[in-house]
Amino acid sequence: MIGLGHYLVSGALLFAVGLFAVLTRRSAVAILMGIELMLNAANINFVAFTKFVSPELVRGHIAALVVIALAACEAAVGLALVISAYRHLETVQVDEINLMKW
Amino acid sequence: MAEAVAFYGLTAVALGASLVVALSRNMVHAAVSLIPVLLSVAGYYVLLGAEFVAAIQILIYAGAITVLILFVILLTEGATGVRVRPRNEQVSLGALVCLFLAALLVAVLTRTPWPQTQGALPEYNPGAVGQSFLTAYVLPFEVTSLLIVACLVGAIVVARREA
Repeated sequence: MIGLGHYLVSGALLFAVGLFAVLTRRSAVAILMGIELMLNAANINFVAFTKFVSPELVRGHIAALVVIALAACEAAVGLALVISAYRHLETVQVDEINLMKW
Repeated sequence: MAEAVAFYGLTAVALGASLVVALSRNMVHAAVSLIPVLLSVAGYYVLLGAEFVAAIQILIYAGAITVLILFVILLTEGATGVRVRPRNEQVSLGALVCLFLAALLVAVLTRTPWPQTQGALPEYNPGAVGQSFLTAYVLPFEVTSLLIVACLVGAIVVARREA
């Protein structure tokens, strides 16, 4: 029988993999992909808690849908920034973008 | 039994493909591997009785966001990363942090006694979600739509080529 714990553990592992991508990747696009993995892990928890803890009011579904909408916004703005940075600096590697470092 | 088979199959696909996203040298491979991860998460939502969220996940995440990421890889020449170093110097430290965090989260999540109830989800999910969005959660709904407009206008302004 698959219970709440299975989904929570699966979400935690997905979150850790996403965090690893964010911490170790050099390309800004890959870092955004890691952030998408972490947001998905959080969404799994929202929907799992809805089913197992308070199913009558679909509150977790609401939260998950808002998170999906915000993830779409974040991807649009983040990728626009990547394109803008590439246009000005000819690179998308985040450790080479150090204009504000002194 | 069928539920367990589906769950473990989806978990294997999600974790395997997410490792490709995190580790692949080729950015296009990483972006395309994002699709099976997102579809497996949609499968979780179906198992959890959230069909509407699963449909939105497939439409927005697996459809729109992945295509957006692939377009940006396409537009930024050299971003496929085949010839550049894909990772920075903190791989071992990052792996240590992530393993520690995963162990901590799993330990906490499996030991906490969650207040589980035996209630059932509403019969017709999209109806219930829409009802909540337009009654109790109308403010978050409107704020989110305002934010989406602001973000998309901002994205166009940032990405536009200066005349």
